[in-house]
Amino acid sequence: MLTKRIIPCLDVKDGRVVKGIQFVQIRDAGDPVELATVYDEQGADELVFLDISASHEGRKTMIEVVREVAGTLAIPFTVGGGIGSLEDMRALLRAGADKVSLNSAAVRKPELITEGSDFFGAQCIVVAIDARYDESIGSWRVYTHGGRNATEWEVCDWAKHVVERGAGEILLTSMDQDGEKTGFDINLLKAVQQVVDVPVIASGGAGNAQHFVDVFKEADADAALAASIFHYKETSVQSVKGELKENGVHVR
Amino acid sequence: MIGIIDYGMGNLFSVSKALERLDVPYCLTNDPEQLAECEGLILPGVGAFPDAMKSLEETGMKDFVLSKVGDGMPLLGICLGMQLLFDESDEGGMTEGLGLLPGSVVRFKGADSDGNRFKVPHMGWNHLDQHHPNSPILQNIEDGYVYFVHSYYVQAKQREDIIASAQYETEVPAVVGRANVFGAQFHPEKSGETGMTILRNFCDLVSKGGVEL
Repeated sequence: MLTKRIIPCLDVKDGRVVKGIQFVQIRDAGDPVELATVYDEQGADELVFLDISASHEGRKTMIEVVREVAGTLAIPFTVGGGIGSLEDMRALLRAGADKVSLNSAAVRKPELITEGSDFFGAQCIVVAIDARYDESIGSWRVYTHGGRNATEWEVCDWAKHVVERGAGEILLTSMDQDGEKTGFDINLLKAVQQVVDVPVIASGGAGNAQHFVDVFKEADADAALAASIFHYKETSVQSVKGELKENGVHVR
Repeated sequence: MIGIIDYGMGNLFSVSKALERLDVPYCLTNDPEQLAECEGLILPGVGAFPDAMKSLEETGMKDFVLSKVGDGMPLLGICLGMQLLFDESDEGGMTEGLGLLPGSVVRFKGADSDGNRFKVPHMGWNHLDQHHPNSPILQNIEDGYVYFVHSYYVQAKQREDIIASAQYETEVPAVVGRANVFGAQFHPEKSGETGMTILRNFCDLVSKGGVEL
């Protein structure tokens, strides 16, 4: 039986992990490879690296990070952030990333999804969707550029569209819940789950292990992603998985 | 020495890095002379079946692999590389495969026989149900999960060829093999300790001179 996946997310800027991750066993709290190894040992099923570098040099550094991570880890990982062309995707995949995640560029240039999917296979094209509830449409609206720019897209329409274009997975972040630590946005996830047949990763709002139980039991998400609760050791991947097992959710 | 066949398809970097971690010497090439000096071959692959077969034919690797494997050289196909071992695939129209193992490759339906929905691709960690735990490829694997990502799966003609499987919308052959030919539908190089053990088992088998035919 396929297990539910737990995915820690690391923000990387100019080749260094930011947001002050705290692990005693680590010599260098900013080293992406060391941190990735810790999460691997904790039982993480996958990792996501989000490149938040603003400069060209920072992005080039990311390629080096990817190469090192791929040489060290024996679990899959996705790289996202600032990917705007087929060339960007190729560079990251060649360096050893298993998947690339498109966000703003997918909205600006949806044909990029198709091109990437045709070229590298749907299994390595993730589309990240940032959504916020909008009363004027009675549903969730898609945002880009880290939530700064509203688009014309309603979330279910956009999710269907990206799958038609060849996305192999959706990383769905609730901007309403993000950072709140009060749980994932079950309604948003349920709405999107109903309209797509590719795996959906839930993101935004995880505050404790019970929230993971809820997102898998109530929204039937395929995977759940979190950053700060793992980084700040509010819980660990092990204890989340322990809680999931106790509640009858199938995990590795 | 293990020869990783480089025919332009897929993530060869991770496979070669995994062999480095196992301290197994390897070469990564499509040069038949170099590959002929190896004791075992790995056929990786990510992408579409027809493109892969075309590429194997154009690089001369199809004939090379068939001839070497016929002489007894051990071969491990990974992911698409495993699917290529079989007779044919209906991905993008019917395409002939290497025909080393009997069976065909078909797409997941997205639902089981009771109408329950299953997402395609089959993506993530699934349990390895072992049918031939004594197979050399499954040594030292107890209760293992491995990482899958694929939209097509093998329908093996011979039940005996399925060494391990995973349960999804149907039974999915996960490790297949017969004599010196092996295949893994999942990515051993991305499957943590269990995957690394399977790779090590293949390399051990190669260094012991293969399997008796």
